Amino acid sequence: MDYHFNFTIVWRHAWRLWWGLGLSLQIALASLAMGMVIGVVLAVAYTDGRRITRMLIAGYVEFIRNTPLLLLVYLVFYGIPSVGGFAYDATTSFIVTLGFYAGAQLVEVFRAGLDAVPPGVVDAGRAIGLTPLRNLFHVRLPTAFRVSLPALSNAYVSLFKDTALGSVIAVPELTHGAQWINFNTFRILEIYALLTPIYLVTGWIILAALRLLERRFAIVRPQ
Amino acid sequence: MIEAMIYALPFLGQGFLVTLAVSGLVVAGSLVLGLVLGTALAFGPVWLGLPIRAFADTARAIPLIVLIFTVYYGLPALGVNLSPFWAAVAALTLFKTGHVIEIVRGAITSIAAGQMEAAKAIGLSFVDRLRYVIFPQAVRRFLPPWINSVTDSVKGSALVSLVGVVDLMMAIQQVIGRTYQPMPLYLLGAIIYIAVNASLSVTSRRLEARFARVVAS
Repeated sequence: MDYHFNFTIVWRHAWRLWWGLGLSLQIALASLAMGMVIGVVLAVAYTDGRRITRMLIAGYVEFIRNTPLLLLVYLVFYGIPSVGGFAYDATTSFIVTLGFYAGAQLVEVFRAGLDAVPPGVVDAGRAIGLTPLRNLFHVRLPTAFRVSLPALSNAYVSLFKDTALGSVIAVPELTHGAQWINFNTFRILEIYALLTPIYLVTGWIILAALRLLERRFAIVRPQ
Repeated sequence: MIEAMIYALPFLGQGFLVTLAVSGLVVAGSLVLGLVLGTALAFGPVWLGLPIRAFADTARAIPLIVLIFTVYYGLPALGVNLSPFWAAVAALTLFKTGHVIEIVRGAITSIAAGQMEAAKAIGLSFVDRLRYVIFPQAVRRFLPPWINSVTDSVKGSALVSLVGVVDLMMAIQQVIGRTYQPMPLYLLGAIIYIAVNASLSVTSRRLEARFARVVAS
């Protein structure tokens, strides 16, 4: 192997990586928030709704789950503005795409969470005179949320990985920064030797941090 | 909308075949590698298990697109020149192998330890124990998540378009480049991907139901 590693040029542009890492984490957070709203609303609608509602929600989930994310990214960024007669910037479009993508996964997560609420707890809520709406907000959703926490942490890490696809529509996130350095300095191996550990280590750190948070909110706390 | 879709269809056939070829190669390659490495992880000594675990965790923790770029741009710098097609297949296979290792290990370790001990007690060799006792039981736990991961491979194969392989995704982009009508083409693409994946999901559900019955009886 006669490749000579030279990191000096890469360090000169390394700010693009740190900046991109920050943007990646923010995109993941924003789309997780959007996905959670979609997920909670649709999960409640699915659990309490009628057959037609259920079919529509199942259709949305199946559409997102069986389509490549890359296609969805293109569809939202190039497709929808072409028929809608409006435009939005790449980052907004990408966050919306990931939000709907996360929403489809989180519907399933929250639905399982709602199903996991013991019927006795719901009955108890009814017995003390809570209206169905109050029962939902004070009893069912808080319990379901705590059951769903581990799945939410995994969803965040997985969304963080998926932000790498933003590079195809020039969202200046981590992978896009790396590609910029790759194409402008040709220090190919250096940049990918940096990029891979950045994704790995960041993923580990967020997962470890979120596991601590889960323990804080766990229903049964380890003594 | 519909005319644009019908106009595009003949141009997508070739790309669709490439998508199927990439998915097929990746699924087959990762199945073989994953079975071997996953079994080694479940039964092998620590010095063998550690590197496999490290590989599986790394492959699953970095974005697929980064892995594809690393292989496609990185290997030539090391003096290995692969065509875009094979570079993409290699990267996707590495990624998928990480997942298959996990599925295989999970399926094997879900079989009660008593089964292995009983097989040992009646004097079966290690290979025979795997072949006649462990694998026939583990395959029930293996199939449903594995077929889900096949769906993921079909979806993931769309990423090969980013290194210039003319798969279904790239064929769609090329037609859009001529007609300037993105929406019908992307919807058509979604329909095709959904058709392939839905048929896989149906198969998976059928297998699940079939094996659930076997276990229950």
